[in-house]
Amino acid sequence: MIFVNQIIQGVLLGGYYALIACGLSFMFGVMGIINLAHGSLAVLAAYALYVLADRFGVQPFLGLGLVIPLMAVIGWAMQRLVLERSARGGLLVPVLSTFGLSIILDNLLFQGFGADTRSLAPYIGDLSYDSWTLTDDIAIGKLAALTMVVAVALLGGIQIFLNRTQTGRAIRATAEDPDTAGLVGVNARRVNAIAATIALATVAVAGAFLGMRATFEPYAGAAQLIFAFEASVIGGAGSLWGTLIGGIVLGVAQSLGAFINPQGFFIAGHLAFLAILFARLFFGDLGQRVRTALTGGARS
Amino acid sequence: MSAGAAVVERWTPESRIAVAAAAVIIAVLAVGPAIFSANAVDKLTTLFIYVILALTWNALVGFCGLVSIGQQAFFGLGAYAAIRLADLGVSVYPSLFLGALIVGALSWPLSLLILRLKGGEFAIGMWVVSELAHLLVNLDTLVRGETGTSLIELNAYANDSRRALTYWCALGAMAGLLAIVFRLLRSPLGAAIQAIRDNEEAAESIGVRVMSAKRLVFMLAAFGAALAGALWVATALTFQPKAYFSPLWTAYMIFMALVGGLGTFEGAILGAIIFFAIETWFGDMGVWYLVGLGATALIFALLFPRGIWGWIEDRTSLRLLPVGYRVRFGAESRNKGQGGG
Repeated sequence: MIFVNQIIQGVLLGGYYALIACGLSFMFGVMGIINLAHGSLAVLAAYALYVLADRFGVQPFLGLGLVIPLMAVIGWAMQRLVLERSARGGLLVPVLSTFGLSIILDNLLFQGFGADTRSLAPYIGDLSYDSWTLTDDIAIGKLAALTMVVAVALLGGIQIFLNRTQTGRAIRATAEDPDTAGLVGVNARRVNAIAATIALATVAVAGAFLGMRATFEPYAGAAQLIFAFEASVIGGAGSLWGTLIGGIVLGVAQSLGAFINPQGFFIAGHLAFLAILFARLFFGDLGQRVRTALTGGARS
Repeated sequence: MSAGAAVVERWTPESRIAVAAAAVIIAVLAVGPAIFSANAVDKLTTLFIYVILALTWNALVGFCGLVSIGQQAFFGLGAYAAIRLADLGVSVYPSLFLGALIVGALSWPLSLLILRLKGGEFAIGMWVVSELAHLLVNLDTLVRGETGTSLIELNAYANDSRRALTYWCALGAMAGLLAIVFRLLRSPLGAAIQAIRDNEEAAESIGVRVMSAKRLVFMLAAFGAALAGALWVATALTFQPKAYFSPLWTAYMIFMALVGGLGTFEGAILGAIIFFAIETWFGDMGVWYLVGLGATALIFALLFPRGIWGWIEDRTSLRLLPVGYRVRFGAESRNKGQGGG
């Protein structure tokens, strides 16, 4: 039963990974840019919520009302000032410029807040530790469950936005082929700015949950970036629901790894990432062949 | 071809002088420990290691177009391999080079997997590899987790002879790698590598063996970073995994290559010297120094992606260590063009 509990906790942890990966995956899907400052920006959002809660007594969920628009504006500015210019320089430049940005952010946060670890948990009352007990071995944390619900809602919301709205369709068209989208009157520049704004708004939400579920410090961004990246690549880069599956796979792998060895948490996560990459390279075609064989068999 | 038409040239009088000067400088540096103060010898050793890092990262990124954020994997593994080999009884200085060779060889199976990733995915994929390497090295009881260990076998040497030997190793490694990368970039393979950077599909369509060319540069860069890591542990003596597997090393490499001139051979050397000077002057400023490095890298990436040397190359005809060909119009050939290109 302990084993089952590990898997359940892993799945719930996957909710957080899906949440942090959502913006990264969305940005990659639309603009083809991997934002290396992604993790640092989530930490920035967590610090913003911390300042609101600590200095002004604003509860983190209410604080999001301020921090989401703030991060959205940062996203818009980052697109206009950094990403747009970088993308013109080819594939290399966005990687270099966003990595530079992450170094600036991390160290400014360190300058501002020092090395102390912080958490938003003290400001959300008993939500941070309350749980539903199912059996003696299995308990589901309320915060973990809420994280999963928010992740699903956010991914679903973005999916509906992309499918049902005019702007969403323009974003998909630009992602598919910016030049042709331009020919039919889509302003790629505007669309990319909107996409970056949305991506950073999701980063604000991810930052809130980062702060509520554990502690964070100025250099925590690198680890968040790596988790987000692993979840989005496992799930198939750029695919939103894939991101949720990727997050869950990563969470379960880490949770089982920790079960095997105290140091196994991160090792198992990285190994799962590499193993899936490896499997996709060598058995990707195989999977396709099996599907073709099955459907072919059904027809005959 | 009619007289006065385009001429393809590679060597110029300036570049012959520059190569000769480089050889003389290295020869003079070789007697360094006999002339310089102990502090200067240590400083120069550090500079040589920076040149190795900048040179091999620039070969990977500037010439091959593979941005890696995970070269600290090889840097850390190089240091770790040297410590492991020395612990097994291999003589300590040979173990620096042997360790780097082993890490370079290990990068071959890794390349089969990681080189399938493109662009930003490759960049962070390498970062994941470095995190994994860090965690696995921590499992070795010799390293004692984050506490780390030291290259105690070096204590067998007196301070002065250890300083001189490490200096010569670093100088030899730098000179060797400069020569190898220079030769490589000037060979037909060098042209193939740069073609891949500019347009992979087009390069493949004209018969460039993309994967094997990428793999060669990837392994060379892995070897270079590993050797730099091994030399670093020989100067620092202590090995703390966190300090060696830190993405800050990649930040330094990015800074050196970007500021010096991404994709220019001279730029990597220039970038290492600039970084070395900035670190000497501003390194004490701690956090603001790192903010400054990040900001400079960002500004160069956005506004001057070809760096200082690229700026010089674009405005003058100066080519000190030419790795490419160039076409001169309406001028007589100053030497016999090699006719390739």
